[in-house]
Amino acid sequence: MALRGNLRDFTVTQLLNLINLAKKTGTLVIEAPAETANISFRDGKLAYAQIGQEDNRLAAVLYRANRLTAGQYKAIQQRGPVSDKELGLLLINAGYIGQEEILGDLQVHFAEVIRRLFTWVEGFFRFENDAAPPEDRINIRLDLENLIIEGSRQLREWEQLQDEIPSLDMALKFADRPGSSIRNVNLSVEEWRVVSYINPKNSIRQIAAATKLNDMEIRRIVYGLIQAGLVEVIRPEGVPLSRREMARSAPRVDSEEQKSLVNRLITRIRAL
Amino acid sequence: MQTVKMVVTGPFSAGKTEFIRSVSEIDVVSTERKISSTEEKTVKQATTVAMDFGRITVDEDLVLYLFGTPGQKRFDFMWEILSEGMLGFIVMVDSTRPETFREARSILETFRAYAPTPYVVSANKQDRSDAWDLDDMRHALRLDSKVKLLPCVATDRNTVKKILLELLYSILAEMEGEN
Repeated sequence: MALRGNLRDFTVTQLLNLINLAKKTGTLVIEAPAETANISFRDGKLAYAQIGQEDNRLAAVLYRANRLTAGQYKAIQQRGPVSDKELGLLLINAGYIGQEEILGDLQVHFAEVIRRLFTWVEGFFRFENDAAPPEDRINIRLDLENLIIEGSRQLREWEQLQDEIPSLDMALKFADRPGSSIRNVNLSVEEWRVVSYINPKNSIRQIAAATKLNDMEIRRIVYGLIQAGLVEVIRPEGVPLSRREMARSAPRVDSEEQKSLVNRLITRIRAL
Repeated sequence: MQTVKMVVTGPFSAGKTEFIRSVSEIDVVSTERKISSTEEKTVKQATTVAMDFGRITVDEDLVLYLFGTPGQKRFDFMWEILSEGMLGFIVMVDSTRPETFREARSILETFRAYAPTPYVVSANKQDRSDAWDLDDMRHALRLDSKVKLLPCVATDRNTVKKILLELLYSILAEMEGEN
């Protein structure tokens, strides 16, 4: 079944969130007017990322991270084709660099690729379930939550934020998602302040007032937390229905009568 | 004669009319109404809006009306009127048009704010090869795991029946929970 569309309808941040929550494995291909990006995931975590034909090989990444001198980089290139895994082992065995440093530099590089994608607003995307990253490259395992929050921070359009969070009179609760924890996520000071007020009894408007944030700022922060799958929007607890809302609800004159009515409806619909 | 109401809402062209048409015993009536709203400052003359209206007679004492909301956002003032007294609502989403998912989410949140009645989300056009998976749609629509997201082919009476039944089961469950 298709997971495909246009970046005009789905931002890169939203796509990463979907992939993270659904713990997808495969490759997201984004075809923009100028370039194509291939981002691979395993179980919802970032494994590999490349834009266009940029040199993503280990030697180039380590050179850009100042782990290799120009001379060392040139010598590796002249050595001839060798897979990243082989190169990594060579460097580790020769004592030039440790495994953690290699993985760390690759994580920084791939995260930077993702950050560039946040600026893409035009293009078609598709998720290929069977597509794996290139075999000769080292894959990483990078949690997406922090990248998603970072992507959300870049969100500027007021209209989009209003669309995402139309009402500030709703409340928030922490998402019941196994394996996720707000403790492992890096938040800004403002974001932590908002998190400290999250309670089904507090509306978003009340949280904004308490944290001295304006409408736009609170929407941006809440949007980021929602996109990362950390919180959900709910109706505030303990807020009695207004007279208008009570008038709108289905009449509850007699609960047994109501149940009987619904059972009659069920019987009738079954018989259609 | 007692009447009860369910509302079928969702973005423009999500399949609301076909949904109601599949089960209504009357031809689905698109009720053209002339609305003159003094609140719409930019509209200087009467505006017309179409709503879908279907009926299922349960027995001689009870009738179910299905109201389809106008999908265009400029008629959202009608949504509040239609939601008054409803038993529950169905949000139709076109599974093949992800560009409408955001709007569907906005409509859902709006209706939830109007009335705390049970609802289900219907992923329409699931028979198409370009339809999104239900799991992916759930994440894209940011639906809680407790919200029913149901496959639908609005022109198929059986799937429409299932969706109506699931909504009724949810309504019954809520009533029993209150007791």
